[in-house]
Amino acid sequence: MKKLLTVCLMLFTLAGYSQSTVSTSEDSLVALETDSLAKVPAGQPTPNGQDSALVEKTLVKEVKWPTLDTLLHTESDTTYILNFWATWCRPCVAELPHFEELNKNYARHKVRIILVSMDFVRDIEDRVIPFVKRMKLDNTVWLLNEPDANSWIEKVDTSWSGALPATLILNPSRTKRAFFEKALDYDTLVRELSYFTEY
Amino acid sequence: MKNGIKLMYRNVRVALSLLVGLTSLVLPFQLSAQGYQLGDAVANFRLKNVDGSMISLSDYASKKGVIVVFTCNHCPFARAYEDRIGSLDGKFAPQGYPVVAINPSDPVAYEDDTFEQMQERARAKNYTYPYLADATQAVAHDFGATRTPHVFVLKNQGGKFSVQYIGTVDDNPQDPAGVTKRYVDDAVSNLLAGKPVVITTTKAIGCAIKWKDI
Repeated sequence: MKKLLTVCLMLFTLAGYSQSTVSTSEDSLVALETDSLAKVPAGQPTPNGQDSALVEKTLVKEVKWPTLDTLLHTESDTTYILNFWATWCRPCVAELPHFEELNKNYARHKVRIILVSMDFVRDIEDRVIPFVKRMKLDNTVWLLNEPDANSWIEKVDTSWSGALPATLILNPSRTKRAFFEKALDYDTLVRELSYFTEY
Repeated sequence: MKNGIKLMYRNVRVALSLLVGLTSLVLPFQLSAQGYQLGDAVANFRLKNVDGSMISLSDYASKKGVIVVFTCNHCPFARAYEDRIGSLDGKFAPQGYPVVAINPSDPVAYEDDTFEQMQERARAKNYTYPYLADATQAVAHDFGATRTPHVFVLKNQGGKFSVQYIGTVDDNPQDPAGVTKRYVDDAVSNLLAGKPVVITTTKAIGCAIKWKDI
């Protein structure tokens, strides 16, 4: 029975995969959506790839503070780059391509980039998701829906005043971190990341 | 030997010039990062209001205090708080704590923040309080404002203003109906009642003030 289920699941996944590959030629957006689906962390229900409403929700995942807090204290030896941004923040938008480039170039490293949007939760459908599509963002995008920022800003970094953009590079298992309350260019990102990846 | 000394001299010179270079690089950041702390005396400032008049902090010498709000036109967080800042002025100006809004945003970086756009915004939204242009950003530097909106509640004691609260307006920029903690309201209410401010500093997400290149 268990075997049968596994086979069914495999077939189902394959069917879903081939379908999305076919649609890729028709619409490049589908490729992006499939890509971000691949990044849904393990242990979470994976949408089947055909339900567009479900897919759209995964493009930008609404999270509460505990999700971020768990990541800040995770035991895995992965280096996380948390970029706090918003669609309306011009310097944030300007630096997003650097994080996309970093994502491509560090695919084989234990580096994970999460773009944490500070947009208002009511703007998720009409503003944030269309923006993520338009910018073809491959990185994981979360929208932190915690309006009382005073309760969590200092937990991200005690030096953070709350101004955007802000970036935290951390390796929780090695209790190593670097925080920047300013926009970063690609070279700076690579240099700062090297302190985490080359040791 | 002579060459050795020459080399050493050159090294010292390089080190010195590096040091000078670094200091000049670091200094502007320190200026923006520091600013007034709680209890600090506030220096007088004089800035142009949207009605064309010049307004100074010393003009408020007869008031109990001032609610200084660094805000701007372009920032959605500032706009989200616009009505609530108006309400603070409506409630507290008659009690001796008027709002003074200051725009430190560089109009070269944000065209929404030109003086003309400030005038337009103040007119359209019927600002009851002055909206001052901090064209050189010197006042924002002095205060240590880093983002918009960024509030400083000042208490007046015999014409000397001191900082009593630094932070955000309340705990919910997204939804005024969802507010549970009214930081500025609580701070000013306590000051009016002759009591110390309980929550003296808060942090909030806001638009970074883009400093002009010095």
